[in-house]
Amino acid sequence: MKLRYIGLRLIKTLLVTAAVVLISFFLIHAVPGDAATVMAGQAGYADETYMANLRAEYGLDQPLPVQLWRYISHVAQGDLGTSFVRRESVLSIIMERMPNTLLLDGFALVLAAAGGIALGAVAARRPGSAGDSAVTTLSMIFYAVPQFWLGMMLVLLFAVWLGWFPPFGIETMGADYTGLARIADVARHIILPGVTLALYFMASYARLTRTAMIEVADQDFVKTARAKGISERQVQRRHILRNALIPLITYAGLQASILVGGSVLVENVFSWPGLGTLAYQAVQGRDNPLLLGIFIVTAILVSLFNLITDIAYSIVDPRVELG
Amino acid sequence: MNFAARFLSRTTSVIGFAVFTLIVVIALAAPIFAAHGPMAIVGLPLLPPGSPGLLAGSDVIGRDMAVGLAYGARISLLIGITSTCCAVGLGVLLGAVAGYYGGLVDDLLMQVTEFFQIIPSFVLAMVLVAFLQPSLSSTVIGITLITWPQVARVVRGQFLSLRSREFVEAARVLGMSDARIIFTQVLPNALPPIVVVSSMIVGNAILTESALSFLGLGDPDLLSWGTMIGASRVAMWVAWWTTVLPGLCIMVTVLALNFIGDGLNDALNPRRRG
Repeated sequence: MKLRYIGLRLIKTLLVTAAVVLISFFLIHAVPGDAATVMAGQAGYADETYMANLRAEYGLDQPLPVQLWRYISHVAQGDLGTSFVRRESVLSIIMERMPNTLLLDGFALVLAAAGGIALGAVAARRPGSAGDSAVTTLSMIFYAVPQFWLGMMLVLLFAVWLGWFPPFGIETMGADYTGLARIADVARHIILPGVTLALYFMASYARLTRTAMIEVADQDFVKTARAKGISERQVQRRHILRNALIPLITYAGLQASILVGGSVLVENVFSWPGLGTLAYQAVQGRDNPLLLGIFIVTAILVSLFNLITDIAYSIVDPRVELG
Repeated sequence: MNFAARFLSRTTSVIGFAVFTLIVVIALAAPIFAAHGPMAIVGLPLLPPGSPGLLAGSDVIGRDMAVGLAYGARISLLIGITSTCCAVGLGVLLGAVAGYYGGLVDDLLMQVTEFFQIIPSFVLAMVLVAFLQPSLSSTVIGITLITWPQVARVVRGQFLSLRSREFVEAARVLGMSDARIIFTQVLPNALPPIVVVSSMIVGNAILTESALSFLGLGDPDLLSWGTMIGASRVAMWVAWWTTVLPGLCIMVTVLALNFIGDGLNDALNPRRRG
């Protein structure tokens, strides 16, 4: 039964990927002029035979369905094309930057979940208290603030005025730290961008935990636990909080797409050398293959993450509907 | 209590409504009060707020920040409202058809909306705007594309629960066409949640627009709040007002819209208060 569910989810992930590739293909052909025009433009050279040769070389003279098929089979083999600007394989450029983005996003996700669950649990214990309304007010504000601007404000406060953290980059340039010193250096650099990304999600995790805990606290098994004479602390932690956390798993999956979008912006504020700064460079350099490659890769990453959270959910909560 | 009284009974919704009205007035009146356009260079760069004739200082190339902020409100509201209208139009149409007919059409639409939830939609909007060339209309297209599924889901849910109600059956018996039933019978009853979602979407659209402009994907001929923040990045360290002020404008506008949304939610769903 569980295998069937996982299989179905796997097919869905593949379908999402296929749709993303289809959209990319459509976008390439929606732009006026084809790759040959762009390359000829960059070579400063637009003679008809040269263009015709280029088109033949890249199969641009083939009918659209043939081109689509070629595009799909290339992407399936990990060939995302060549960067217009850097003249390198798009996939290898992306792979070089990906670990940095995964590090930042992973850090932000853990920070947001830990902080949000703690805040939500505090708020749920006494609904309507000062702590509870503080959490609600803060989350309203974080929903309304542009994330990139929040990052800039944190830079102004903690890097420019207080000087506590470095304002940009992933490590101190030219310091060439190794081993533990390097880890400590990266840790100092990740705090500000990580907190910027995490704050928005922390607010939503807090709200969600709060609602879920208040809901769970009303259920019969909690009353039973209390009636058995288990201490309030135990009831809060083992019975209420644990069960309230289950929906958070699905939520983490749903939020992954927003997290990636946010990190594109936050990376640019902090010059974090990941996929977000790469996307900005691609926009500036009109490097369409690179930009599309980033879209395809991030979409696949997010749908894989969704697959994982769905499977985790089905394991953690046996009540989940299989099928 | 009627609708208006319920809406006005919440302090935050009143504040939100008042602030939003003020922003609309500033946006509309900008050309009347400003002696020059937002792109005009009026003095030395990076003059602090309160300098002679410069209420909010000047920016990196010596443009009047106060005029820029007022004109920025026009762009933000224009894009926010236009793309919300497009997204709501598309979402209502598709959501209504899916919810009313159900079956295969419904399954298909749900898959499509789920797809938009899974993929990083901001990146899609970025790619789309970059490919179409940055302009007012490509920003609106980009935001509409990533927003309509939210509306469609809400509308579909409403239609699904309303379609088997007695008044709809009655309309069918009277021989009304499907299109007439959808637009004159079901839609008016499905409006409250659509109104609430729309007010939230305007705020989100303004945030997305500012993010796109910040990355240099705004209309190059227009000065929006996001463009102002993006352009002043280099000056942030020496001239805080160039980044702080446009960001505050975005925050206040979106906060006001969200307060209005919460107020509408309470006023339109009195039973779900709390």
